[in-house]
Amino acid sequence: MSINATLIGQMITFSLLVWLTMKYIWPPIIAALEERKAKIAEGLAAAEKGQEDIKLAEKKAKSVLKEAKEQAAEIISSAQKRANEVVEESKLQARSEGERLIEAAKAQVEQEMLQARENLRKEVSALALRAAEQILKEEIDKAKHQAILSKTAEQLG
Amino acid sequence: MSQCYPFFGLRFFIGAIKYLRGKMSAEGGATGYIVHHLTPLSVGEGFWTVHLDTLFFSLILGALFIWFFKTVAERATSGVPGLAQNFAEMIIEFVDTQVKDTFHGKSELIAPLALTIFCWVFLWNTMDMLPVDLFPMIGSLMGMEYMRVVPSTDLNATFALSLSVFFLIFFYSIKVKGLFGFIKEMTCTPFGPWLMPFNLMLKVVEELAKPISLALRLFGNLYAGELVFILIALLPPVVQPLLGFPWAIFHILVVTLQAFIFMVLTIVYLSLAHEDH
Repeated sequence: MSINATLIGQMITFSLLVWLTMKYIWPPIIAALEERKAKIAEGLAAAEKGQEDIKLAEKKAKSVLKEAKEQAAEIISSAQKRANEVVEESKLQARSEGERLIEAAKAQVEQEMLQARENLRKEVSALALRAAEQILKEEIDKAKHQAILSKTAEQLG
Repeated sequence: MSQCYPFFGLRFFIGAIKYLRGKMSAEGGATGYIVHHLTPLSVGEGFWTVHLDTLFFSLILGALFIWFFKTVAERATSGVPGLAQNFAEMIIEFVDTQVKDTFHGKSELIAPLALTIFCWVFLWNTMDMLPVDLFPMIGSLMGMEYMRVVPSTDLNATFALSLSVFFLIFFYSIKVKGLFGFIKEMTCTPFGPWLMPFNLMLKVVEELAKPISLALRLFGNLYAGELVFILIALLPPVVQPLLGFPWAIFHILVVTLQAFIFMVLTIVYLSLAHEDH
């Protein structure tokens, strides 16, 4: 067992191997490993962010829902109020309309009464004239005494 | 004798019989068998001897490591990873964690260095799990007399790693602390400037101990492990699985642990080199 030139050959081989490893093997594999590490870290961060986003969205949805409910309640209450108002209003209108109708009916009745009275008077006057005519027989000239007759008719009315 | 692999065809089978018969009788029995298995296939004389098997197998294993990780790196995606990418990422994250836990500076080199050491040493050590006679047998059929397949049982291989780490420690110490700072640390710690020679001696021993302990720890563990496998292979075939199986399971731990220790200590030494006192 002795040290000899094999040593030199082995050292050359060794340096060659180390050089090859340093140049062609270590960097690409380590780069791939680092890249994968970065990818995984990125993925984990994204997942975490996603979870946070979901929480945020849930919160937002809740607040939106609450707001919508409030709004709906408000709308309902205002609609109810408005409906009450409309009912009140129409009641009022109906009442006034009714009153107006009653008033008009009353006026018509009065007018008809007046008319009837007039007719009655005319008839009474005509009756009186006929009666007078019969009494006086033909002594009265219609044309001659027209003025007196109409005056009498007027006085009767 | 030990594990037989019948699916290599008739030629191999006959060759194997010849090999197994020869290995016991020809070269002095059990001792010869052990020595044969621990002798590297070498070319050259003196210092310029080259262990072909060590170079070949570590190169093949290095290529395997680079091929697998390169394939993954080319198709690396930050999306859902496939099976291969998952496996590669597991190893890389494991190494990266170790580096980040210990080394707090910024360096383009240390993490890839640690990955290379861990995987390469792991693959070296895993060769230990192959049947001890398999490759020597194939080698002998191809006309190679010796074949030692576990590179970590070669001191040259382990020292090549630890000396490279040693040079890197030097390089980074001087780069980070400056030449003056490095000299100051070598001479004025731990006992202050008045005990300069003593400090220097202590520091030199400390620094030298790093590569030596790194290399010898790995070598010793795997050499001993392989030796035990060889010894088990010398036992009668009926007994072999009884001992070989638990030892192989135990070795799964040793294989991984030694690769891990080499990597972690490299990171620790280099981060010490980066720290300014």
